[in-house]
Amino acid sequence: MIQSSPYVRKEASVTRVMSEVCLALLPGIAVYTWLIGPAILLQIAIATAAALAGEAVMLKIRGKPLGLFLSDGSAVVTAWLIALTFPPLAPWWLIAGGTLFAIVVAKHLYGGLGQNPFNPAMIAFAACIVSFPALMSQWPSQDLHLAFGEQFRIVFGFTPALDGLTAATPLDALKTALKQGEGSASVATILANSQTFGHFAGRGWEWLTLAYLVGGLWLWQRRIITWHVPLGFIGAIVLLSGGLWLYDAKQFASPLFHLFSGGVMLGAFFIATDPVSGSTTPRGKIIFGAGCGLIAYIIRVFGGYPDGVAFAVLLLNICAPLISLLTQPPIYGAKDGK
Amino acid sequence: MFQIFKFNGGVKPPSHKTQSVTEPIGVAPLPSRLVVPLHQSIGGTPRPVVKTGDRVLKGQLIGEADGWISAAVHAPTSGTVRDVGMYLQPHPSGLTAASVVIEPDGKDEWIERVPVDYRKLSLPEVQKALQQAGIVGLGGAAFPAHGKLVAPAQNPIDTLVINGGECEPFITCDDMLMRERAEGVVRGTAIYRDLLQARQVLIGIEDNKPEAVAAMREAVARLGEDFQVVAVPAIYPAGSAKQLIRMLTGKEVPSGKLPTTIGIQCYNVATAYATWRAIEFGEPLISRLLTITGNVERPRNWEVLVGTPIDELLALAGPKADTDGVIMGGPMMGFAVPDAQVSIIKASNCLIARSPGLFPPNLPEMPCIRCGECARACPADLQPYEMYWFARAKNFGKAQEYHVFDCIECGCCSFVCPSHIPLVQYFRFAKSEIWARERDKQAADTAKNRYEFKLEREEREKAEKAEKLAKAAAAQAAKKAAEQAAAEQAGAAADVAPSTATTPPADDPEAAKKAAIAAAMERAAAQRAAAQPQNTDALTPAQQQEIDQIEARRAQAGIAEDTAASEKNQP
Repeated sequence: MIQSSPYVRKEASVTRVMSEVCLALLPGIAVYTWLIGPAILLQIAIATAAALAGEAVMLKIRGKPLGLFLSDGSAVVTAWLIALTFPPLAPWWLIAGGTLFAIVVAKHLYGGLGQNPFNPAMIAFAACIVSFPALMSQWPSQDLHLAFGEQFRIVFGFTPALDGLTAATPLDALKTALKQGEGSASVATILANSQTFGHFAGRGWEWLTLAYLVGGLWLWQRRIITWHVPLGFIGAIVLLSGGLWLYDAKQFASPLFHLFSGGVMLGAFFIATDPVSGSTTPRGKIIFGAGCGLIAYIIRVFGGYPDGVAFAVLLLNICAPLISLLTQPPIYGAKDGK
Repeated sequence: MFQIFKFNGGVKPPSHKTQSVTEPIGVAPLPSRLVVPLHQSIGGTPRPVVKTGDRVLKGQLIGEADGWISAAVHAPTSGTVRDVGMYLQPHPSGLTAASVVIEPDGKDEWIERVPVDYRKLSLPEVQKALQQAGIVGLGGAAFPAHGKLVAPAQNPIDTLVINGGECEPFITCDDMLMRERAEGVVRGTAIYRDLLQARQVLIGIEDNKPEAVAAMREAVARLGEDFQVVAVPAIYPAGSAKQLIRMLTGKEVPSGKLPTTIGIQCYNVATAYATWRAIEFGEPLISRLLTITGNVERPRNWEVLVGTPIDELLALAGPKADTDGVIMGGPMMGFAVPDAQVSIIKASNCLIARSPGLFPPNLPEMPCIRCGECARACPADLQPYEMYWFARAKNFGKAQEYHVFDCIECGCCSFVCPSHIPLVQYFRFAKSEIWARERDKQAADTAKNRYEFKLEREEREKAEKAEKLAKAAAAQAAKKAAEQAAAEQAGAAADVAPSTATTPPADDPEAAKKAAIAAAMERAAAQRAAAQPQNTDALTPAQQQEIDQIEARRAQAGIAEDTAASEKNQP
């Protein structure tokens, strides 16, 4: 068969794209390890193993070349995102089950790489938080300094996870305190509690989200992602939280707090930027990101869940094809709308 | 300071241009034989005017233009016509086409060359002269140059853009032309400026050719012209007419329209040069500059005769041992020649010897992950990943909605795709499929029209026949009635009984019936005539316009036919 032009190609591959996404997650993983201990590395390993196993089985069933697709790195990215969004001391089967659900159902049953309408990692998160709400909200306390052996035993169920070991996430703590205070408590006094809160967001967690921001900016600089989705996402959070904060600073936390709490940074740079399930046109990406930010903020401030990034991304995934359709950029020679 | 605009997208492949510009332009020796294809431009296939055994002189007409968008073909050297027949073409299709084979006699004896004093001629006369000189666009598209000359009175041209972009990697023939023969390019440009009465002339050259820019500026100044020689950023495809026009003027050629609609016309530097040779010296287009490079010992530019077999040319450059094929054109838009026996045509600008090291085979194709790199690289501002989706699903209507026909097939999307999808190949496929369907539909429409016309004619003839019969019957009846009346009068005169006079004639009811039938048929015929269009004699202007449009579309499809047909043969 005669190959057709172009005969030269840029050095680029799906594997390279996915590897760079993983590289960009490393600062966050490093901070996470410093914060919680090696449990997070264990979870990443469990998720990766489950993802590759699920991927291999599905590729085999679908008759696709194993080596080519296993090495594309897409399953690894999904696995890492799941490990980073699940509670780090969650039992191994929760992470493994969630990851398998993401790979088998959310990815391969929809046609595999490039075909999934929903972000697989967020499907796993949503499925698990709905099915195992208690397990999915057991976040380890900051003051808990468990040795790796202890963490290993908790994750694999040899030691029962004690309720005393867990603490509410900063977002949850703020929401609960505001509710309990019934108007008498102000955000400022709640955030003064240095057990839960740090310099500008959750204690400890703020450095994690900052590390995600650093990794995300590197991804943008590497041209793996464009600025549109993160800017839309962060812009929407800033506008909404800023507006409400200016309106009533006693009841609403500042934009800074919201940006560096929960899943905003991870979501804005690593999850909502997933090109397969997101919008693809420049304007569409801004709208997509802004939609994610809007819904995430509404859920985390007014809704029942501690954070809303996963549901926001999934809801916007549904809208992505329509957004792309309605935001087609003008082509060369049709710029005047003619 | 001249303002340079930007076009969106574009890529920067490694240029590989330096190796072929170290030597001056060489003149390729006369080949052992020349195979000159008759169809060398967009448009019709010139008719051969020589036959086997004829002696031809250098520059003698061997194929005459068969229509307006068609350009003459000439003998590149003197010699004997050995065959007029079907030969393999330098085209990815691997198809054969009518060609004239000439065995050179080594004398290289010219016909009488008559310069054209274009200033004294009318525009149509100059156009005719250029057509007869076989001047076609040498930038790659090979559109007959005379066909792009619009009458200034009807379509004023503000800006003449001369394209010296040469953005494809490896190719340096325009670069060397401008370095060594800048004066001819500038003089040819002046001819087009005069013919089009353009207000300004912009010569765009990529800034990776500083020697060419300097030589052109020097020539422009020396000849006292006011042309602007503009160095544009070297970003592929800056040498594509639409993108160069955007860079130089900030204007975009409206989608699906010609640059002339916005008062711009564009010619390649080599076309300007060839035009000057034709006008000033009466030399038809029989040779061109060709870069021979790639996996060879001696990369260089050569002046080669049209029709030279490429294996003889490659031998000049000395292909290395691991050479495994030849690409004609650049690596972004060129094609692998089906056989080294095929010859150089007017549109050929480069031969690249391939090797696995130089052009590694394609990596396995992965699914599209919609990363959008292709859209960011597309200089036509299209969304290739969307068009790919629809082209792959053979949903060509949708592909067309996403402007597949605005694709210039530059290959930027394939170049950047991390999934190694041959995107541009999908778009070529989609275009050729759409053309094929249009052609099928038109053929069906034509057949349907023909059939309906036949039915209508039969119907009409039947009606006319019936009418004639009815008229004859009525005439006979009238005649009989008259005879009867005459007989009665005679009878009355002879005092016949009154009873017979009042009695109607025996055959009268019959005649009345016939007349009634005739009248009914006449009415029916009139109704039919009103309900159905008559033949093409009595068309309304609207109908005529519609037919003209259909004809135009058909003609266009005819032009596209070769490309479409050949592309279908690609993998």
